[in-house]
Amino acid sequence: MTATDTAATTLQPPPPPPVRRDSAHEIARVRVPTRSLRSELRAIKVVWKRELIRFSRDRLRILTSLMQPFLFLFVLGTGLSRLASAGTHGVNLRTFVYPGVLCMAVMFTAMFSAASLVWDREFGFLREMMVAPVRRSSLVLGKCLGGATVAGFQGVIVLCLAGLVGVPYATSLIVEIFLLQLLLAFAITAFGVMVAARITQMQSFMALMQMAIMPMYFLSGALFPVAGLPQWLSILNRLDPLTYAVDPMRRIVFAHLKISAAARHALDPGVTWWSWHVPGLVEAAVVALLGSLMLGIAIVEFSRAE
Amino acid sequence: MMPEPPAVVSVKGLLKSYDEVEAVRGVEFDVRAGETFGFLGPNGAGKSTTINMLCTLVRPSGGSALVAGHDIVDERDEVRRNIGLVFQDTTLDGYLSAEQNLRLHAELYGVPREAVGERMRQVMEMVGLWERRASLVNTFSGGMKRRLEIARGLLHSPRVLFLDEPTVGLDPQTRSSIWGYIRELKEREEITIFLTTHYMDEAEYCDRIAIIDQGRIIVLDTPESLKAKVGKDRVQIQTDDDEAAIAALRERFGIEATVAEGTVTFGVPAGEQFVPRLFAELGQQIRSVSVARPSLDDVFMSYTGTTIRDAESSQIDTRRNFARMMSR
Repeated sequence: MTATDTAATTLQPPPPPPVRRDSAHEIARVRVPTRSLRSELRAIKVVWKRELIRFSRDRLRILTSLMQPFLFLFVLGTGLSRLASAGTHGVNLRTFVYPGVLCMAVMFTAMFSAASLVWDREFGFLREMMVAPVRRSSLVLGKCLGGATVAGFQGVIVLCLAGLVGVPYATSLIVEIFLLQLLLAFAITAFGVMVAARITQMQSFMALMQMAIMPMYFLSGALFPVAGLPQWLSILNRLDPLTYAVDPMRRIVFAHLKISAAARHALDPGVTWWSWHVPGLVEAAVVALLGSLMLGIAIVEFSRAE
Repeated sequence: MMPEPPAVVSVKGLLKSYDEVEAVRGVEFDVRAGETFGFLGPNGAGKSTTINMLCTLVRPSGGSALVAGHDIVDERDEVRRNIGLVFQDTTLDGYLSAEQNLRLHAELYGVPREAVGERMRQVMEMVGLWERRASLVNTFSGGMKRRLEIARGLLHSPRVLFLDEPTVGLDPQTRSSIWGYIRELKEREEITIFLTTHYMDEAEYCDRIAIIDQGRIIVLDTPESLKAKVGKDRVQIQTDDDEAAIAALRERFGIEATVAEGTVTFGVPAGEQFVPRLFAELGQQIRSVSVARPSLDDVFMSYTGTTIRDAESSQIDTRRNFARMMSR
């Protein structure tokens, strides 16, 4: 085709339409560069962004994932406080369960983010990502960051309710809680993505996640103080990764409350390992470590998949 | 004589077996730059497995292949960067708009930012979806989705576009419009197209066809010369006694015929002239007769001894038997 074109141009001036078309052709023909860190970052960013776009489209999901935290905070918290007021040293039960509800707010959103991977597989979109010339780790990382971001947004909504349960709006409290929420959301998404690498059916995935998340939540001390428990529960509580997200959140919240020493001692005893008081930073590190471990497993699983 | 264009896809002894099943048993072929190359065969013949190996989605059990000059096992990313893919099943995100789907693709493939807008407009205009770019993909019909996938497959200017059954599950009208886009695409882009199909009529659009059956390439040539090789017209008759008719054909005319779906089929050089003799000399009651010029169906028939539809149903039988065996 090019040979005949050049032959034609030597005989007569080129007619304008083909020239325009040729130049359009040249402009539009793109060259894909070889793989670099930059292209991997672009991939991470676009997978992250997709998560945000899809979340913002799905208003119903934003509402439904707030449902459970609201129930726990206002219905359960209010109802049980009539029973428990003697044992809480004057602290409202709603205030007590608030840190646990802050965790819950991000957990379910993060879980649903990971679940979308199962849908992606079912509807074929996963394939579009898997054949792209980027590392699988970039895809998994983008997904986890996306899940963490949308869950973090959900967390902020619950964070805004602090005033309603008697927790002051202090800057340090908001920042620290938010960072912890992001960390937890990331870890939960990584957990979900790890599971989604193997489980290909939505029903099985949801059942499995419920089976993992509910016991984790109940054992974590989100709804009770972790000191003076029967030994079996105490052991299970210390083994539960979620314990190490709930406890630092409670510490941050209680640090900003003006309550009696007795109340503080009873309600915010802190997690101990063989009577060693585990510092909040170590607890956060436990969550980060577990999150990274699961992220690593998820990456290996997805890299292996064809 | 024109020099032969270089091979863009070069396949040597490619094998794939899953446990006990040999899906692809050593295929070998070259696809030349700029050609439309078709893989024709019944479902389960190994077409998709071959295409998946060439797209680096499935690791071959043996043999090797180069796509755009890169090895499909050792240089997977290089291969992926140079190919566009349209799968049998949609791989679009229905909750994103058409434009967002394409942008996402551009980002994943690292298309230079300054080129994305222009290129996106071009590929979407080509498939007639530019006006619908802001609509959610979930609102698209099956044909529109397929067109969008073709546009997306072209977005990063691949050297080879792989189309795995590009028109399966579409109505005839949409099928022909998809083929219109593919032909137009050939005029506008310097691209090689590799496609699989089990529709005989679609294989006619290809420059060259490989007929594949049971994991092996049976024959590879242009549609014209394949049909010329068959050389004979296809005569189909319906009789009261097919067995007797076949025996009579063999005895009186020396013709080997086959029976499928209540129709006796055979090939003769000049079909129309043969019909009067047939009626006069067969000695069997003939209920209907039809004569047709050779089609790819006949090519398939002459090389495999079966029609493509029979090949598909017998494979289903094999699978059923296998399942029955396993459940015991």
